[in-house]
Formats: sequence, structure tokens, C-alpha cells
Amino acid sequence: MSELAIELKGIDKSFGLVHANRNINLKVRKGTIHGIIGENGAGKSTLMSILYGFYQADHGDILINGQKVNIRDPNAAIAAGIGMVHQHFMLVENFTVLENIMLGAEESQILNAGITKARAELKRLEKEYALEVDPDAVIEELPVGIQQRVEILKALYRKADILILDEPTGVLTPAEADHLFRILGQLKDQGKTVLLITHKLREIMAITDEVSVMRRGEMVATRTTSETSVEELAELMVGRRVLLRVEKGEAKPADVKLSVKNLTVRDSRGVTMVDDVSFDLRAGEIVGIAGVAGNGQSELLEAISGIRRAKSGMVLLNGRPVDVTGNADPAELRKCGLAHVPEDRHHVGLVLKFEESENAILGYHDDPKYRKGFTLDIDAIRAEAEEKIAAYDIRPPNPRLKTANFSGGNQQKIVLAREMERNPDVLIIGQPTRGVDVGAIEFIHRRIIEMRDQGKAVLLVSVELDEIRALSDRILVMFAGRVVGERAPDATEGELGLLMAGVEGPKEAAE
Amino acid sequence: MSVPYAKLPAWAEYGLIPLVNLAVAFLISGLVVLIVGESPLEAAYHMINGAFGRGEYIGFTLYYTTTFIFTGLAVAVAFHAGLFNIGGEGQAYVGGIGVALACLALDRTLPWYLVFPIAIVGAAFFGALWAMIPGWLQAKRGSHIVITTIMFNFIAASLMNYLLNKVFKPLGSMSLETRTFDAGGQLPKLDWLMSIFGLSVGNAPFNISFLLALVAAFGVWVLIWRTKLGYEMRTMGHSPAAARYAGIKEAKIIVITMMISGGLAGMMALNPIMGEQFRMQLEFVQGAGFVGIAVALMGRSHPAGIIPAALLFGMLYQGGAEISFEMPSISRDMIVIIQGLVILFAGALEHMFRPAITRLVIGLSPKARDVAATKGA
Amino acid sequence: MDFFQVFIELAQSTVRVSTPLILAALAGLFTERAGVFDIGLEGKMLGAAFAAGCVAYITQSVYMGLLAAIVVSVLLSLVHGYASITQRGSQIVSGVAINFVVAGSTVILGEAWFKQGGRTPALSEDGRFGTIHLPFADALRDVPILGPIYSGLLSGHSPLTYLAFLMVPASWWILYRTRFGLRLRAVGENPGAVDTAGISVIWLRYRAVICCGILCGIAGAYLSLSAGAGFTKGMTAGKGYIALAALIFAKWRPKNILFACLLFGFLDAFAIRYQGFAFPLIGKVPVQLMQALPYILTVILLAGFIGKAIPPKAGGVPYVKER
Repeated sequence: MSELAIELKGIDKSFGLVHANRNINLKVRKGTIHGIIGENGAGKSTLMSILYGFYQADHGDILINGQKVNIRDPNAAIAAGIGMVHQHFMLVENFTVLENIMLGAEESQILNAGITKARAELKRLEKEYALEVDPDAVIEELPVGIQQRVEILKALYRKADILILDEPTGVLTPAEADHLFRILGQLKDQGKTVLLITHKLREIMAITDEVSVMRRGEMVATRTTSETSVEELAELMVGRRVLLRVEKGEAKPADVKLSVKNLTVRDSRGVTMVDDVSFDLRAGEIVGIAGVAGNGQSELLEAISGIRRAKSGMVLLNGRPVDVTGNADPAELRKCGLAHVPEDRHHVGLVLKFEESENAILGYHDDPKYRKGFTLDIDAIRAEAEEKIAAYDIRPPNPRLKTANFSGGNQQKIVLAREMERNPDVLIIGQPTRGVDVGAIEFIHRRIIEMRDQGKAVLLVSVELDEIRALSDRILVMFAGRVVGERAPDATEGELGLLMAGVEGPKEAAE
Repeated sequence: MSVPYAKLPAWAEYGLIPLVNLAVAFLISGLVVLIVGESPLEAAYHMINGAFGRGEYIGFTLYYTTTFIFTGLAVAVAFHAGLFNIGGEGQAYVGGIGVALACLALDRTLPWYLVFPIAIVGAAFFGALWAMIPGWLQAKRGSHIVITTIMFNFIAASLMNYLLNKVFKPLGSMSLETRTFDAGGQLPKLDWLMSIFGLSVGNAPFNISFLLALVAAFGVWVLIWRTKLGYEMRTMGHSPAAARYAGIKEAKIIVITMMISGGLAGMMALNPIMGEQFRMQLEFVQGAGFVGIAVALMGRSHPAGIIPAALLFGMLYQGGAEISFEMPSISRDMIVIIQGLVILFAGALEHMFRPAITRLVIGLSPKARDVAATKGA
Repeated sequence: MDFFQVFIELAQSTVRVSTPLILAALAGLFTERAGVFDIGLEGKMLGAAFAAGCVAYITQSVYMGLLAAIVVSVLLSLVHGYASITQRGSQIVSGVAINFVVAGSTVILGEAWFKQGGRTPALSEDGRFGTIHLPFADALRDVPILGPIYSGLLSGHSPLTYLAFLMVPASWWILYRTRFGLRLRAVGENPGAVDTAGISVIWLRYRAVICCGILCGIAGAYLSLSAGAGFTKGMTAGKGYIALAALIFAKWRPKNILFACLLFGFLDAFAIRYQGFAFPLIGKVPVQLMQALPYILTVILLAGFIGKAIPPKAGGVPYVKER
């Protein structure tokens, strides 16, 4: 049993200045389910892409079944017996199941001969692993759970012995996920090795034999699943970060400024991302929404700010209903006192090709104070931008510089300055310090507290648990689209971690 | 990562790279001249001489420049909102209706300076109308604007053919054109402008619509960089997600942008109809709408780049006529080749020389190297 | 019988006019199904027609002419491929550029080489494709109904016409029954699926672009070696764009392409032959409306008013491995 299916030695990979994988060592035993866990951006996907030949490592060796292999491209990976189920399925949507399975493994120039063989082989695989699918069904008409099964069959059809699954449950319902786990168990019983990439602790605990934890591009630990605990893994995943304590007085919550009632949001594929969420946000308090990325926080923010249409539910801003299920208009919401710092500043919060001063009015460009006759009052815009640059210490202090040329922290300050200086009633902030240098983090945190002390209602979403705990007056935990608990900021990290993992939520417990 | 190439200083980005692309286009055109058995240098001499050798030549060059400024601006405005308007040709053609209607109705009663503004409005109106439909189809029905504008070029050709045949052609006339306008439908030449420089405009149809083109170029600059609408257009062109976040109405911007683009293309019709022929003829646009694509790509969609690019193509058109006179084996179709090559190298292959130029520039200039290093990947 | 005679004549010219459309639309089918949009069909056809005219005249061999047409058209396709696949430039811009370069250079080179105002010299019988007479065509001519259909409509076309009509099922077979076709369709929908299956996206797309070049080459050769006796300036006259419209109208499917091209060809043939024909009920339809009809129909289709034309999902987008 101690034979190794995969051994990675000193894998190192950089993209420009981003060091995605640092000196990764990993041993995966044959016939086991091995979990790899870590937060978004920890480097899991990069590592798997190296293993599948999508990228080449800068340094390091890959050993498959004890043999050193050079995986230059996916072909080499397939030849080495590696199959991969990608997070975003690599399926041709208007092809049938059979066509997708054959693609790249057709065996002959003319399809007919191969089709008969593939059909027979598919039958055999279906039987062996209990993976029923209709070979003639068209992919786009199948539910995602079945589509995923096709991906697994694709790998098995190519005689994969090692199966990598990248965040496989992200798009699945809990029932579908359970079914997937049964399939994986079966694969293990048949002697296959499974590598499960996820950020969900519950899955790791439920199904893996061993688990390795990645954090910021490094492999920090490997544990036998039965000998570890969710608390330990959560701590390893998040790590103990040096966070400057934020000076913060007592909150003085006043009137309800934002009220969310039974909000449900689906994504473009029809998957429910926000599921019946309700909460109130009062003036003078910071409510933090904790949760592992991808549990509906993003969609919640987008629905409240009018960017994404909600399926059902209600939002009241200053007591006035917002048409979140219809034509809520972000511009209109701004005028009603809502400010929004979006999670993705590169594509949403900023136009990187704009000058700094142009980004300083994005969304507020309608304001008459920026207008002079028919034209924009460029002098006024630049003058105001300079004031904000000074107030927020944005560097370099040049309102005419292209936004792309600012560092991450300074870009974030551009967004914050724009949204905070508007004297909004409600401020919603997504990932305030993602990709921001330490110096700027402290500054941003202080500003957020100041906003609260000025009597603003602040809704904060962050995947950084420390940040949530340091800033929030109340913490809501989201898991699988639902608010699974509310805690005070002095709740322990372990307690919150369990909620975030969906282990101890009230509804989860009932299941 | 998201920026595939290191950043170049502005002079390289907006000067060197377009120049290199242009140079390659001309080099290959020179090869064609060689294949034809003529001397590229001699051709170049005739080209320059034919475009600038005499006041009259310059007048012709600027006449063509006028046309290309309009169509170049039309393409550029749409580019800023992330739209590719290939329909300038048809929009200019249909814009002719507005000019012809104004002139036919008023040329005998009003002086040119009163007919002109009405004709401008008419040209812009019909051009805008013709661009609005593809814009609306893109905004509301998701029809690909490139394909619909191509289709609308052909539909415009048939429509205009019909109208010239059945509506505009005077009774008993054989050729497909309107009657010749009286004085009210004839724009004055800019001989006074030429005479400032001691030149005579001669027979060249260099007319007042050149000034309108310059005003339009300035207007486009104001629109794009100094108005709320332009700001919203650019936001959408750079990042549709950011536009949605900012509460910008995508459908509205698409339709308005296309109307402005079509209006500019339509205004091109003023130059040949009121400025040269004093009547509307069949196929008076003569590919100027497509030249606009080359001009916009060359000029980086900025009026300050479009005017010199239009001048370049004006020079090619006028100088090309001179070449074909002096060197009969090189007809004016040579320009179409150059135009195609400019579109190829300044457009589709614009990044081909970038890595090499980047290495060169960064290798040569320590300052640029520092910029690239601090910017990272 | 008079009406029947008219029908046969009209059908026959429809077949002739449709031939280059079918070939060019199938050409577009191959590249667009692989995710490379091509508005340069017109230019490739024109370049091919010119090459065919030149080489057939010089060599007095129609086959050398055809070969030259294919070579030139494939080379132009490779330029488009280089710009849009390797350099990841705009496919639209590249197509436009190719159309212009060809439109200009055919005239310049033709004039320089032959001095006939942009024409190539008229070809003798050897330099052109003859017509194929099906067996017993003459003998059966007088059989009522079937005779004229067989002898007048089915017999007596250029070999390239028969080739064009054969290419429709052949293209279908290639796209839907071969490994190459499966991969080609896949790369136009989801290049990531192809890449992860261990197939080179770039080489696959280049091969699709070459197929397009070959078919456009045959279409061009048809114009100058079959429909005409040599090349004349601008002889494609927008046929490349009609073919593009037909491709969209056919929703990127081989069988539909045949019908779309026949429909558009019929409109053209009808407009040429029966200018000023008065329809019952409608009356006279302007010839210009007939000419514009293919484009109008395509726009209406694109707007989703009669079914929905969904282009290949990855069309127009250069493939970049995502990180």
C-alpha cells in the first residue's frame, strides 16, 4: 500500500512576479483519495495544471508510479495515466456524450468504427463504476451532475489510473455531491488514485484518506484525514497572519439602513447561489459576511448593488424598496445613498486603461458638479481627484496616470476614495484588501472603522477570516448560499471555521 | 499576465509602432511595384509630387482628405465603444439622400450658406438612420454588428440604385444621377485658404466641407474625452462589466454610438455631392467608407491621429492618380493594395513587431527598462 | 409547356449562379465551424479567379489554372490564419484587409502582365472547363417532362458545378463522420476541450483554414474558367459576401447551405432574366429589391425573427490558454 502513484519534488512555478508554487513536495499513495485543500489563490489549480501538462514547472520533478516523467502537454499526461476533471467542464456543449468521450481518442480517421467500440467500452465502464449516462444525449441538455460524470468517463475511457478533480462540487447540489463521493469511493475500490482539489473542509473530512494543505503557493502540511480535525485544517489553511490590531470603539447601531429579505439569486446556469438570505444592516455598525469563497457572497453583493438580477426576495434601502428582481439600476441606487466597493477591482471597480481621475468618478460621472455646459469639467474632476489622492495617500500622486500603472493597494484606495467620500448611507465592500500590500491594509481598515463611527452602515464581505473578525460588529457566516449562523466578533476562529465549512450550521446539522 | 507585453513609452507606442507597421505596408507595396516592372522610388516620387507638387494637387489631396476624415472618425467613434462599424460605406451612401434632398429642394431659392447647414443635418440624419438599425439589432436582438453592417452596405447599394433610378433621376435622363444643382447647392472652394500660402487651388474641388471635417474632428475629440456620453462609451468599450457596475445603459449607448458613427459617415456625402459634382451620382462613395477603417486603425482612433492618417490616404489617392498618369502600368488600384496592407499591418498584425520593438526600446533606454521592471509581468 | 420551359431555363441558370456560392459558403463553413471567422471569402475567390485566368492562359491547361487558383487561395488563407490564429489579431480586420489587397493587386498585376484593362486574355476551349454531357442527354431530350429535366437541367454543366454539388454531402461527411470533422467542430465550440484532450488547437485551426482556401480556390476557378472565359476586374462582384450571408442563413450547416445558396442563386438568376416581371398580386418588384433580398433575409434571420442563427461558440475569439 505504500507504493506512490504521484510524487512531486520541489515544484516551483512563477508567472512574472507572482510566485504561484514554491518548492512543492507531495506524495500521493496508490489507491487512495488524497485531498488538496487551500484557499482561493493558494496555488492548487496551478499545481494541478502542471501535473496535467498545461504549464511546465520552472523547477522540480514529477514522478508517476516511481518513474520520472516529463509532462510537456496534456497528451503526455494522458499517456502517463492521468485524467483531469476541470472546474469548468471541458465539454463541447452541442456534442453528444459519446462524441465528447471520443474526442481526441477516436482511434481511426473515420468515426464509424470507433463509435461502435466506444459505445461498447462506455457500456463496460458504466457497469464497472455505476456511472449511467445516455451516450446519445446532448451535453447542454444534461444536468451539471451528469455532465461531470461525462468528464469522469472521459478520463476513464483514456485509461486514467490517476484522477484529478478540481473543485468538483462547486456546481453540484448536495445530493449530486454525495453521489459524486460514492463514485469516487468506487473508483478507489477499483484501485484508482483520486486527487481531490477543494476548499471545502467538509468534503475533505467526508471522503479523503489523506489531505495536504496549501497556503500562499506553499505546501504547508500533509495529514492522515482520520487523525486530523476540521479545526486543525482550518488553521493550517488560513494560517496565523500578522494582522495589526484595529483600534475600535463600541458600535452604536441605530436605524436599519439596509434590509435584505428572503433574497434568492441564481447564476447564469440556473444554479442557486444565494438561497433565501435575510438580514438587517443598521447605521453605525459593520456586519461582516464570512465564508469560503464561492458560497454566494459575490452574488449577494451583486444583487444588492443592482448588477445582478435576483430571482426573488426584497431589499429595502433606507426603507425604500429596491427592484432587485427587476430593473434595479446601479446609478439610481448610488443616488439613494448606496456605495459599493466591488470584489473585482480590475474588471468591475476600475477601468484600468483610464486615467486615475477618470476612475475617480466612475458611476458618479452623472453628477452635475462634474459638468460644465455640455462637457465634463475636467479641471474640477482632476482637482477633486487630487484632493482624494492627498486624503488617501494614493501614490504616485498623479491624477493623469493610467490606472493600470498603480499598485494593487493604490488601485484599491482609488476605489475606496471614490465610494467613501460620497457620504453614502450604506457602504458595501467586497474583499477590501485582496492583493493589497500590508501598509495599505492598515490604512483601509482604519477608514472602514471611521465610516462606521460616522454612522454609516457597512456590509463587509471577505474571505479573510481575520479581517472579518477584526472589523465586524456582527458576523454572518455564509455556506452554500445560505446564512448558516450569526456570531459576535469574539467568536473563536475554530467556531467560525466549522460554520464556514458547513459542518455545524443549524440547517446542516438537521440534515 | 493580463498585460502581455511590457509597457512602452508613449513615443514608441503611438509613434514608432504605427510607423513600423506603415513602413512594412509600403515596403510590400514597393515589391508589387517591382513585380510590375517599375521603379518603386520613381513611383514614390510621382506620388509625392502628384500629391503636393502644385497648389491644385494639394487641393485635390485635401479634398480626398476631407472625405477620409469623416469616414475615419465614423469608424473611430464606434471603436471607442467596442463596436466595429464596417457599414460606413453604406451609411455615407444613404447620407447622400439627405444632401440631395436639401439641395434639390432649396438650391434655387436659398444661398449655399443656408442650404449647407440643412444639408449637414440631412446627411447626418440619413447616415445615422442607416447605422441605427444595425445598432438597435445588436443592442436588442444580439445580432452581430459586423455582419449586419456588411449586409446593410449591400442593401444600401440596392436602395440607392433604386432611388436614383426611380426618384432622383430627372425625366428623360439616361445616367443615374440627380440634376445638377444651382448655386445654392454648390459649396465654395477654399481658394482663400490656399492663397494664404501663396497657392492656387486651380480646378481642385477643395471646398468648405474640409473645415466642417476639422470641426467634426474637434467635436469627436470633445465628445469622446470631454463629455459624459463619451466617458460612458469608453467605459463600455474598455470593460462592459465596469460599465454595468457604473449603471451605464448598454443598449442605449450602442444605439447612440452607432447613430453618431453613421451620422459622421453620412456627412462625408457633402464633400463629393455639394463640393465636387454638384449632383448625386451612382456609387459616389467609391470605397471611402472602407478607407475609413484603415484611417481609424492607423490613427489609433484619435482625431489627432485620424487627421494625418486621412491626409496620408488623401495623398495616396491624389498621388496615385498622378502615378497612373506617369506610369500607366500602375493604376489607382495600387492604393487599394496599400490600403489593404495598412489595415493588415496596423490592424490585424499590429502586435507582430511589438515584441521585437519592445526588446529594442527597452534595451536602448534605461528609463523604459525601469518602468517595465516596476510594472512587473 | 411554355411555363415549364421557363422553369427549366431558370432552374438551369440558378444552378450556374449557385455553384460559386455553394463552394464559397462551404469554404466558410470549414473555417467558421473551427472558430475562425472569415469575411475574406470574397478576396480569396477573387484572387483564385485571377490566378486561374493567368495560369490557364499561359499554360493553356485548365487544370494548371485550377491548381494555381487553389494555391493562391490557400496562401491567402494562411495569411488570415497567421494573423488570426498565431498573432491573435482581429479576424474581422484581417478579412477586410485581404479583400482589399486582392481587389487591388489583381487589377495591377493583370494590367501589368496582359495590358487588357485588368482582364486576363480570353481563354480558348483548352483553357476552360467544358461541359459534361450526361449519357443519353441528347437522345432523351424529347421525352416529355423528364427529358428537359434530364437533358436541360441535370446535364450540360461544368465539372466544377457537379463537384460543388457533390461537395455538399462530402463536407457533411467530413464534418460529421470523420475524426478531423469531429475535432474541427469541437475546436469551434470549446477549444479548451480540444486542448485538454491533447490535440493542438493551432494546427487544427490551420487545417480548417486550409480547407477553406481549397474550396474558395475552386469557387474562384469556376468564375474565370467556367462561367467566364478568363478573369475580369472585380468579377466576384460581392459573391463572397452573398456566400457569407448564405452560410449564416444556413445556420452553419452543410445541407442548409445548399438550399440557402440555391435560394440566393435563384433570386439572382431571376433578377437578371426577368427584370420588370410582374408578379400576380404583388405587381412589379424592383430588380434592386431582388438583389438586396439575400442580405435582407440574412439580417432578419440574424435578428432572430425567423429562427435563431447561433454561430459557433468560440468563433471570432483567438484561443489563449487560461491561467
